[in-house]
Amino acid sequence: MSDRQTAPAPAPAIELINITRRFVSPTGKSLTAIRDFNMTVERGEFVAVVGPTGCGKSTTLNLVTGLAKPSAGEVRLMGAPVNGIDPRVGFAFQKDALFPWKNVIENVMAGPLFRGRTKAEAEKMAKDWLARVGLSKFLHHYPHQLSGGMRKRVSLAQTFINEPEILLMDEPFSALDVQTRTVMHEELLKLWAERQASVVFVTHDLEEAVALADKVYVLTAGPATVKSVYTIDLPRPRVVSEIRYEQGFIDYCKTIWEDLRQEVETSYRRASEAA
Amino acid sequence: MTDTTMDSVSTLFRPGTSDKEIEAAALKAIAARKRTVLFWQVTILVAIVAIWEIGARTGFIDPFFYASPSAIGSRLYEWATEGTTEGSLWYNLGVTMEEALIGFFTGSIAGIVVGVGLGQNKLLSDILSVYIKAINSIPRVVLAPIFIMIMGLGLASKVALAFIMVFFVVFANAFQGVREADRDMIANARILGASDWKVTREVIIPSAMSWIFASLHVSFSFAIIGAIVGEFVGARYGIGQLISIAKGTFDAAGMFAAIVLVMVVTLVAEYLMTLVENRLAKWRPQQSLDTH
Ligand SMILES: Nc1ncnc2c1ncn2[C@@H]1O[C@H](COP(=O)(O)OP(=O)(O)OP(=O)(O)O)[C@@H](O)[C@H]1O
Ligand SMILES: [Mg+2]
Repeated sequence: MSDRQTAPAPAPAIELINITRRFVSPTGKSLTAIRDFNMTVERGEFVAVVGPTGCGKSTTLNLVTGLAKPSAGEVRLMGAPVNGIDPRVGFAFQKDALFPWKNVIENVMAGPLFRGRTKAEAEKMAKDWLARVGLSKFLHHYPHQLSGGMRKRVSLAQTFINEPEILLMDEPFSALDVQTRTVMHEELLKLWAERQASVVFVTHDLEEAVALADKVYVLTAGPATVKSVYTIDLPRPRVVSEIRYEQGFIDYCKTIWEDLRQEVETSYRRASEAA
Repeated sequence: MTDTTMDSVSTLFRPGTSDKEIEAAALKAIAARKRTVLFWQVTILVAIVAIWEIGARTGFIDPFFYASPSAIGSRLYEWATEGTTEGSLWYNLGVTMEEALIGFFTGSIAGIVVGVGLGQNKLLSDILSVYIKAINSIPRVVLAPIFIMIMGLGLASKVALAFIMVFFVVFANAFQGVREADRDMIANARILGASDWKVTREVIIPSAMSWIFASLHVSFSFAIIGAIVGEFVGARYGIGQLISIAKGTFDAAGMFAAIVLVMVVTLVAEYLMTLVENRLAKWRPQQSLDTH
């Protein structure tokens, strides 16, 4: 914030410096989920993270939110160390975490109300965001009355209404069908372009990662470290539904998949050995 | 229920049938089914009462022990119009209800507060769990004589018994409900900016609510049990006292009359509670149209 005037280049939005995260079970066994993990996300940058299942992607995001603390290393947001939950962070959950007892508008109003806005203000903001995600007709529906895609849009509105400078997304669209997912991609890119937030987007879907991101991080099979980083030099604004037919896109996917495949295979081999 | 309606719709379906007709047919099928259910409910009640009455009159059932529906009815009428040996029926009913209701409300509020509080504090609940199990293993009614000894024959001892019976049920459910609250949902609320208190009020309590309500249903009858058992053991007024006196005079009709009264009161309370619950839980998907 203040360093915007002092420093010539503002500090990166997110820095993970030599992070290690261990889980110790009640019986005393320890499991290292992330080891010597380094990552930097510049302001306004869209970073996608891919890696085999169970390698430690969600754990990494949890460290950035401040919900969990690293066992070693440091997490910095906008140049300052994380200390508890940071109000500048927004988080989109893999499974939707809407409050089932609140209707659509109440769900979206939750953030501003938690942050001390008045009811009238919160309502106005919520209506605005719900219009943007195309749900103005469903203000008083309850989550169970909506389709999966609609629920996802509600949770996006719920996250975006707080205008996070740092947006973390954990496989947010993996439960959606392909058509809805493409629509959500377009919406996400539009919102991101308007807001210029810094995004970390975790996914299993490599094409999704390449289509959306400026940089793709490939993680190793657990314990996760960064295996390689690819800069995606495709022009913006991108049309997600069309980009997948471009040669450049296909080349990126091929190269990164070669890289990722080894890790996925390692991870499966370990899982079957353990079983 | 669904398959009945499905059946009737599909049998009624002809090419060219409009949505309106299908809906009308489905509604008709639902109404018909409701009538069938009600018909059999009433029929079974009438049959039981009739068999009881006929049995009592023919001597097949000994009316000395089992009374008869007509005797119970006339006893209730007599109590309602002329009063009981212990004063007016309504006064006695009022005494029992007062004990039960005070016990019910204080017990459930305390149960919710302690359950929600302890449910969120892992260390404290680990420490206290052994004591809770121990106290929980005492059959609560054995406390009646102790309460009466300490608090006397009046209101306080009955309220205490009703309270303790209600408290443990509600507490256990609130505690479990809090434990089951979705981790991600709590994390979501925190990241959206909720303080600890807001998380408790807006996430943890609502998600424990279905557990709590399930316990409130049973615990009203527990409150009544507490009040009546307390009155058995020692009281001057109340339905339990009426039963106790009827027992002393071998008055089977009187005992059954008191039981019928308690049954009606509990059913009414249950009904009111379902109404409140349906209002509060209108967000729930499994809500069906035909809850009585
Ligand atoms: N609270 C926890 N306690 C113990 N172990 C945990 C905990 N959370 C995660 N782990 C372990 O850490 C490892 C990484 O988990 P994580 O959820 O970060 O994987 P992931 O990469 O997000 O997987 P997926 O792609 O399937 O979502 C796993 O081996 C998991 O078992
Ligand atoms: Mg995950």
